[in-house]
Amino acid sequence: MKGSFVRFLSLPAIACWLAIPAAAATQLTGAGSSFDYPFFSKAFYLYNQKNPDVTVNYQSIGSGGGIQQFTAKNVDFGATDVPMNAEELARAGQPVLQIPVTLGGAAVAYNVPGVTATIKLTRQVIADIYLGTILKWNDPQIARLNHGVSLPDLSIVVVHRSDGSGTSYIFTDFLSHVSPEWKSKVGVGKSVSWPAPSAVGAKGNEGVAGQVRSTPGAIGYVELAYVIENHMPAAVIQNRAGKWVACSQDTVAAAAATKPEVSATDFSIVDATGADSYPVSGYSWIVVYKKPADAARGKLLYDVLSWLVGPQGQSSAKSVDYVALPENVQAKAAATLKQMQR
Amino acid sequence: MSLQSRRLPYRRAYASLGTALALFCAILAAGALLAILGYVVVQGVGAINWDFLTQLPHPVGIPGGGVGNGILGTLIILAIATAMAVPIGLLTGIYLALFGRGTVPEALRFLSDVLSGVPSIAIGLFAYAVLVAPLKHFSGFSASFAFMMLMLPLLVRTSEQAIRSVPQAVREGALALGMSNFRATVRIVLPTARPAIITALLLAIARVTGETAPLLFTAFGSQYWETNPNNPMAVLALQVFNYAISPYPNWQSQAWAGALLLVLAVFVLSLGARLMLRRAMRGLEA
Amino acid sequence: MTEQSRFRRVTRFVSPADRGFAALVYGGSILFALLIVGLFVELVLGSWPSIAAFGPSFLWKSAWDPITSKFGALPMIYGTVVTSFIGIVLAAFVGIMAALFLADFAPRWISAPLSFLIELLAAVPSVVYGLWGLFVLAPFVRTAIGPALQKILGWLPLFSGPIYGVGLLTAGIILALMIVPTVTAISRDVIAAIPRDLREASMAVGGTRWETATRVVLPAARIGIFGACVLALGRALGETIAVTMVIGNRPEISASLFAPSYTLASVIANEFTEATTSIYISALIELGLILFLVSIVVNALARLMIWSVRGST
Repeated sequence: MKGSFVRFLSLPAIACWLAIPAAAATQLTGAGSSFDYPFFSKAFYLYNQKNPDVTVNYQSIGSGGGIQQFTAKNVDFGATDVPMNAEELARAGQPVLQIPVTLGGAAVAYNVPGVTATIKLTRQVIADIYLGTILKWNDPQIARLNHGVSLPDLSIVVVHRSDGSGTSYIFTDFLSHVSPEWKSKVGVGKSVSWPAPSAVGAKGNEGVAGQVRSTPGAIGYVELAYVIENHMPAAVIQNRAGKWVACSQDTVAAAAATKPEVSATDFSIVDATGADSYPVSGYSWIVVYKKPADAARGKLLYDVLSWLVGPQGQSSAKSVDYVALPENVQAKAAATLKQMQR
Repeated sequence: MSLQSRRLPYRRAYASLGTALALFCAILAAGALLAILGYVVVQGVGAINWDFLTQLPHPVGIPGGGVGNGILGTLIILAIATAMAVPIGLLTGIYLALFGRGTVPEALRFLSDVLSGVPSIAIGLFAYAVLVAPLKHFSGFSASFAFMMLMLPLLVRTSEQAIRSVPQAVREGALALGMSNFRATVRIVLPTARPAIITALLLAIARVTGETAPLLFTAFGSQYWETNPNNPMAVLALQVFNYAISPYPNWQSQAWAGALLLVLAVFVLSLGARLMLRRAMRGLEA
Repeated sequence: MTEQSRFRRVTRFVSPADRGFAALVYGGSILFALLIVGLFVELVLGSWPSIAAFGPSFLWKSAWDPITSKFGALPMIYGTVVTSFIGIVLAAFVGIMAALFLADFAPRWISAPLSFLIELLAAVPSVVYGLWGLFVLAPFVRTAIGPALQKILGWLPLFSGPIYGVGLLTAGIILALMIVPTVTAISRDVIAAIPRDLREASMAVGGTRWETATRVVLPAARIGIFGACVLALGRALGETIAVTMVIGNRPEISASLFAPSYTLASVIANEFTEATTSIYISALIELGLILFLVSIVVNALARLMIWSVRGST
């Protein structure tokens, strides 16, 4: 019995031996936001092709997980959709630099059978739907925004993220800005207590997208990339300037451009002014120690990150449905990074 | 109601109905697999090719790429987990089979059942607290530790059962020849119980290959080749999970292909083990 | 003479190798026990801040609000119990019948490949079950199974209310699918191990195969089958990813099986990686501890049932 087990185990052992040995390159590790994952995988791949002696291993374990691992110094940098607050910074013990690294938007997707035209919704109507005060698609408040569209007598199924997520944070931030009732009753967060009576939680953007696609009458918020890749119908929203805008890379970038002085303590760009701004937009951030423990690794990290927020790194964003940082924000990020002691 | 009081035709009809019901259930269970497997095959078979099996993952938009490092990582982590789980599970099973009643064995059995109900994410957190946090880095070894804990209940319970169901005659024969209890167990009883234990091991491996939750805080994942279990490693189940919940069709079909690979791997493992067993049993019977 | 006393009497050490082997056996068992106890200790340590803050009311409060740090586990306990119950009832029935068929009724050329096929179900990754459940099963429940049940049994509160497709029933079905291989494979082995004489004796007095199977073989195998079910139930209680994709994730208690709900394991899987405040993390670990305790309670009840049924081995 013991003999056959040894034989059983030897096969994978041989596989290990024959496998390609680990590269001699330095491997930097990062962890955090799952929102950033596709963008980072593209950017770091390109960086490695130019600099074969550096590899960056980034894994998406969630913004909170990223902050936890960064604080425990198990990874070199963290990525988070919401910058670290005072409590988290205090727990880190050392000075931390936070730089914006990419932009994203949450589109409001829906599934209303029989309606081919794009549905228009105001910010207040969206808030009322998620509060549970508007319950059907043919409610007069929705109907008067969509002349000529015959909306069915169908209950609205409100879909939200069940897992803690930066997209939820941006969306609830938006709702809090446009609806005082939401702000007092629910608040802003990566996980909140959703008040609508028909609220259903789905895991991940894919879960929300899948739930909306397969449930007639559903409405849900998903990252821009999902709407683009899956050609989902998404609502056109009237922004603060009064213009009807759809969620796209241009409209999200326009929202970011209205606030060039964004920083880790003042980072919200939801419900932005500006004619073309999309109201549900937000940044994603990288956190790194001002004085990395290992000087050599710190230097390599600085090179990678400054490439990432510079024009070359940001140019890879569009091809994966992400939004590049506006140039003034790129410059600010680069300046913040320079504070790294290397 | 005794057997004799019912009329034969009714009993026959009842029996046919019962057999039909049993057959229906067997087909239902197998049919469910075919439904799920069919779905996975349809979604993923297009993405399986040599590149997929041997290359590193590519980011979105760059064609090709594969899960080679995930396959390697899974094999390494599984091998280490099995090497740890089998001795502990088997030894505990032997202890329970030999010292059947009594408070200590009952307590151990109880603990084993309780462990089987703990969610895999809690076990992952335990592995994190014990092997990642103190050492300050992620590792394939911590994932093996988590897998080991998931495999143990099945191994313990089944090895105990298998040993106890070896016929008395076999045991008595060994003892009559003057062997001590323990030696009789190892040399005679264990080999006879081998088929059931291997089934349990295969079930345990099958269950563990698909687990993602414990990997998040242990193996961590990687986009590169890694053979040192002391470092973060790529694992196929984790890659499947990350790809499946992404928006890109290219990655999604790779997720389904990866899931298909996982099932195929277990298929091959089971088949291989069964063949090995048949050869060994032939040896015993000869 | 019972087995046990015979073993006790002959546990003598013939050679040093035996002493070493005995030490190994004891050592392995102690290590096993230590691992589980260690797990429990870690869970308690991690959840202590939450236990200190909320006390026992955590178990019967219904709020789950991370913003105001109000946490209560009751809806999750409800969801876990209901989905696992549906799962084990469906899986036990289908699994035991299938095991019976494979062990006793089917010829070898059917039973071997069919058993194999069913065991492969165990290898399918949870996320695949989840996605299949979301894209195939949930719509099927919403359009076919749900309305049918509501038409026949809609007067029961269990089957009332709107049918979303995701909910307790769908999660229960997915769980049943996931644990059926465990029940079937282990039960099949147990049934096959019942000595032939028992079956032959029953048939010799005129029993049909079906009667032999249900009145003689199954009762003889019931301890092992019960063990298989307990193992399977354990897996159902702790399943995370597949369940969270089809249960609707709403922390609310509702009488209808069609309603969305939430389970202990799903909450942990959903929110742990994003939880940043220490009380939040601690509340989530306390959910894991509750799950551990639920597992203890279920197993204790199962043991009580076995004792009352037979009294001694």
